[in-house]
Amino acid sequence: MLRIKNLRCYYGRIMAIKGVSLSVMEGEIISLIGANGAGKSTLLEAACGLLPSWKGEIDFQGNSLKGCDGPAIVRKGISLVPEGRLIFPPMSVTDNLKLGAYTRYRKRQHAEVARDLEMVIDLFPILRERANQPAGTLSGGEQQMLAIGRALMARPRLLALDEPSMGLAPLMVEKILDTLQLLKKEGLTILLVEQNAQAALKIADRGYVLETGKIVLQGNASDLLSDVEVKRAYLGKDYEEFYEGRD
Amino acid sequence: MQEVLQYLFSGLTNGAIYAVIAVGFSMLYSATDLINFAHGEFVMLGSLFLVTLWGAWQIPLPIAFLLTVACVALTGLLFERFAIRTVRKPQPIVLVIITVGASIFLRGVAMILWGKDAYSLPPFSNQPPLELAGATLLIQSVWIIVISLLLVFGLHLFYRRTLTGKAMQATAISKRAAWITGIPAGLMVLLAFVMSTGVGAVAGMIIAPVTMCSYDMGTLLGLKGFCAAMLGGIGSLWGALLGGILLGVLEALGVGLISSALKDGVAFILLLLILYFRPGGLIGAAESARF
Ligand SMILES: Nc1ncnc2c1ncn2[C@@H]1O[C@H](COP(=O)(O)OP(=O)(O)OP(=O)(O)O)[C@@H](O)[C@H]1O
Ligand SMILES: [Mg+2]
Repeated sequence: MLRIKNLRCYYGRIMAIKGVSLSVMEGEIISLIGANGAGKSTLLEAACGLLPSWKGEIDFQGNSLKGCDGPAIVRKGISLVPEGRLIFPPMSVTDNLKLGAYTRYRKRQHAEVARDLEMVIDLFPILRERANQPAGTLSGGEQQMLAIGRALMARPRLLALDEPSMGLAPLMVEKILDTLQLLKKEGLTILLVEQNAQAALKIADRGYVLETGKIVLQGNASDLLSDVEVKRAYLGKDYEEFYEGRD
Repeated sequence: MQEVLQYLFSGLTNGAIYAVIAVGFSMLYSATDLINFAHGEFVMLGSLFLVTLWGAWQIPLPIAFLLTVACVALTGLLFERFAIRTVRKPQPIVLVIITVGASIFLRGVAMILWGKDAYSLPPFSNQPPLELAGATLLIQSVWIIVISLLLVFGLHLFYRRTLTGKAMQATAISKRAAWITGIPAGLMVLLAFVMSTGVGAVAGMIIAPVTMCSYDMGTLLGLKGFCAAMLGGIGSLWGALLGGILLGVLEALGVGLISSALKDGVAFILLLLILYFRPGGLIGAAESARF
């Protein structure tokens, strides 16, 4: 569905992605894990039209994404839940969700949008209670749900998430990952970027490990999860305790 | 007492105009973080287009009004497309200098097209002035106050109720967030330019019957509108209204009760005070106050 080949991204002269290839098949959950500064966000930004330029190939459903801007990529069916959520804090929860469907309102799909709004609110019932509150007053976890809900309102075929677990309590992380699994069952394809390898690999079909702009490991999620190499390559010494402690 | 009421009326009239100009500054600022120092020139274009379309060519007022808005907004669109959009490295200081350049350019073009003469227009309708508690209110003042209130209220509804208005607000909050939501942020910025210059044209038209219209009228009006916007809190619609009215009223009271030499000084004293004591403006301080 999404095929990235030999992707290279630059910030000025610095090369942040150094020739990455990966693929996401229809209906899969793919986890992309890596430490701080590995280039995970950069890779997602390239795929979502947020970088002014990149080299290599990115194809989505057989079409190249070269030269597509952010809104064009949303219309093609990729929605991003960005790092830091980027909701619209002063606007109401409902307005945030409705803006997620901006491209579909423009296509006059009002009835479908109304149905999806119900669907999203059923998925995250807390958003119903908060419907008229400014989004900025929500808790971190609720804001993350809102960001996911807003992305779903565009009715994407591929949902890309950038560290949705960041800053959330373990219980909330659990909840969000459960929701992703539920969405997968309903046919959504998911590309999940995480530092929290343990959690991300648990729900994934396959995984990639990114290190300083290169893929250093890839394979079945369960293999990766048990692979001590992961611990060495990505978690590092500092993380070892944290990693053991979580289970 | 009557005198004070009379000053109040004239203050409200001027204040309403400042408010409309301030709204133009604010709309553009909240969408782009840019202060358009050519905004006063768009107000001037509004006046002079009306002078030609209604005054000289005798096109019926409502049609001339709409045509003027269209012409000025089109100028705003061209301004964004050719002067702003094309900038390679859009750093704030570069953009501000471009708007200053544009103001000089527009003044020059207006001087070539309309000459250096000052024009005046009759009021929008010719009822006699209203007598209220011994003070008189010119009929054009009524037009000015009614049109500005309608405009601000209309814009409020636009931002609150329509998808495009909300998308503009979203773009103002974060271009990046709007972009990933599928909102064409570039188009929203263009729309902000078009609407803000269109609003500027309205200010120019309603003021035309109570002032002398000439190619260089925009500079001072622009500065007053800018002061009003800063006073109320730039980026806030109601702040612009409040700032405009407050500036107009204080100016009129200063002129009437103290000295007419104060007229243009009031705005700048207020500007300095507000920047010193409350740089966010009276109601624009909080992020949530944006429109
Ligand atoms: N705007 C930028 N300008 C210059 N360098 C950047 C920029 N954004 C990221 N980088 C650099 O590119 C590299 C990859 O950054 P990126 O944000 O993609 O990492 P990440 O894996 O998402 O990290 P994190 O886990 O902290 O989110 C880092 O070395 C970073 O310093
Ligand atoms: Mg990141």
